[in-house]
Amino acid sequence: MKILVCMKQVPQKDAPLKLNESGAWIREDVSYEVNEPDAYALEEALRQKEKHGGEVVVITSGPTRAGQVLREALAKGADRAIHLEDNAFVGLDAFNTARAFAEAIKDEKFDLIFTGLQSDDYGYAQTGVVLAELLGWPHATIIMQIEKTDGGIQVKRELEAGYFQFVDMPLPAVLTIQSGINKLRYATLIGIKQAKNKPLRKVTLAEVQAVLGPNLQKIEKLYVPQKTKNTEFLQGPAAEVAKQLVEKLRNEVRVL
Amino acid sequence: MPAMKFRGVDYLQFDTLLSDDERLVRDTARQFIEDNLIPIIEECNRAGRFPRELVKPMAELGFFGASLQGYGCAGMSNVEYGLVTQEMERGDSGVRSFVSVQSALVMYPIYTFGSDEQKEKWLPALQKGEKLGCFGLTEPDFGSNPGGMRTRAKKVGNEYVLNGEKMWITSGTIADVAVIWAKVEDEGDRVRGFLVETDRPGFKAEDIHGKWSLRASVTSGLSLQDVHIPETNLLPKSGGLKSPLMCLNQARYGIAWGAVGAAMACYDCALQYSLLRKQFRDQPIASHQLIQDKLAWMISEITKAQLLILQVGRLKDAGKVEHYHISMAKRNNVWMALECARLSRDILGANGVADDYPIMRHMMNLESVKTYEGTHDIHTLIIGSHVTGIDAF
Ligand SMILES: Cc1cc2nc3c(=O)[nH]c(=O)nc-3n(C[C@H](O)[C@H](O)[C@H](O)COP(=O)(O)OP(=O)(O)OC[C@H]3O[C@@H](n4cnc5c(N)ncnc54)[C@H](O)[C@@H]3O)c2cc1C
Repeated sequence: MKILVCMKQVPQKDAPLKLNESGAWIREDVSYEVNEPDAYALEEALRQKEKHGGEVVVITSGPTRAGQVLREALAKGADRAIHLEDNAFVGLDAFNTARAFAEAIKDEKFDLIFTGLQSDDYGYAQTGVVLAELLGWPHATIIMQIEKTDGGIQVKRELEAGYFQFVDMPLPAVLTIQSGINKLRYATLIGIKQAKNKPLRKVTLAEVQAVLGPNLQKIEKLYVPQKTKNTEFLQGPAAEVAKQLVEKLRNEVRVL
Repeated sequence: MPAMKFRGVDYLQFDTLLSDDERLVRDTARQFIEDNLIPIIEECNRAGRFPRELVKPMAELGFFGASLQGYGCAGMSNVEYGLVTQEMERGDSGVRSFVSVQSALVMYPIYTFGSDEQKEKWLPALQKGEKLGCFGLTEPDFGSNPGGMRTRAKKVGNEYVLNGEKMWITSGTIADVAVIWAKVEDEGDRVRGFLVETDRPGFKAEDIHGKWSLRASVTSGLSLQDVHIPETNLLPKSGGLKSPLMCLNQARYGIAWGAVGAAMACYDCALQYSLLRKQFRDQPIASHQLIQDKLAWMISEITKAQLLILQVGRLKDAGKVEHYHISMAKRNNVWMALECARLSRDILGANGVADDYPIMRHMMNLESVKTYEGTHDIHTLIIGSHVTGIDAF
């Protein structure tokens, strides 16, 4: 199986973030890491390759720094990488990012494309789905398990409240992968050395510009939520108050 | 799990001095240590247990002999190797010691002084962690002055017969092979290295108990009584005290990185603690000038130590490093780490002495690190000898 994994570089989860001057995004000088669900998508692709053979290709868009996620993926065992390299890619919405990817891989023949379920920064959960639509391929989201079948694949989707759905689908297909579905491997030191010699194709903004349109989605403003203090007294019989308290802790404070 | 999660220490954009690969190596090692060593290290330290279960996973990542070429080794640069060492010692000096011995004191001498057969036989197995090694230089009566060693090798037919005692030998009782340094009687007492399989008759190893430092690493005494080894077990290219000192140079270099890791662990823990702990007027102790003085001292010294060892690493990669460069890095960085451990311990107050926090463990570990591989003072004398041209040993 030939699998493409879309991977994004995002600000580190516990990095202190500062807003940039426009107030619409964060400053560049933070630490970055691989978007978490994408790491699981890569792991799943590597496991599928180990089982069924084939090739794992990784793709990302973003400035030079984003190349780090590709190097890490190559060090973990991906065969080659594609980097849509330009600062401008950071500002694209999911629709345009998917268009750029579709254009960059138009000469390739993949059986499967994996993306992470969503990105830890924007959280759109759209890029994979839009990419499938652009390619005219079937897709399935929140994937926890992939089994090869005679006609294609069977996937396990996570639904709400502990329910799962099993879907049979043909190939080629796009799957968005859930975090935590496998155990991530480490890059080995030898892998890191070998990654240097693996092919990395760079794609410029100009090469995909023709298919891009205006962003359909735009971040107007980012701000730190204002802290408010609110004290509420619950009154009534103990059992009733306890019920209300649980309700509030679950739905308002969201700690349960 | 530890009370505070390690966040890395980078005051002066040190990371911008590293290549992408160097950062990836460092981050990989950091993640591995965070996932695999941090959750168990306090238990190991309490029990005085070497976490043997980590040998295989560390081998799989390529941690053993990482800077050697071929034989399954990763062929890392010296800076990359150093960054791995730093992350390991951020976890624990004992575990780092184990890796240093396996890599710099066992694999390196076989690689450098060994015959092709010895390399083929031992290096792949040591790299995979299937075989473990130890390095026997120090003796009960000869530490800083190894040239006085009493261990002797005598050529009898096509064998060597070894007799002597070695002391303070890391990994002694878990080793499959010992690199033993001995004076060869028929070569005018020239010091040479020998590979001694530890199951040979006459070879005994016993652990040193009651050690309050490097408790997660095995330290042993070795006794060799008429141990017969084939002459092919001599490391053919070893000759003179210079040979073991070349090994120590490798290990000391790693230690100078490692100490930065231990210091980072202490400092980062103390910084986080000082922001949470409140005393007087409900203010965090970090708001007191005396606490800030300690934090400022530590971050300055850690930053200087990072720059020092990185420069030594770059010189080493360029083939230009001298032993007295490494002495400066080992001496300064271990001293600095020990001071950071003490200051951090102070900042944590009573909590500083408990093993809910890593600081006291690092402090106790660093006492050994200060002593082994040339004591702090011996490195002072090496630097002094270089700048004055006068030996003061
Ligand atoms: C946990 C641990 C693990 C070790 N692992 C190994 C190992 O794997 N292999 C191995 O071979 N060794 C190992 N060692 C031994 C270590 O290298 C020695 O302890 C070290 O070289 C110091 O020797 P010593 O302990 O005999 O101290 P000594 O040499 O007796 O020194 C005692 C003190 O005297 C000072 N001193 C000595 N000579 C002078 C001088 N000329 N001028 C001024 N001051 C001087 C020293 O600086 C020190 O402060 C280990 C030690 C420890 C603690």
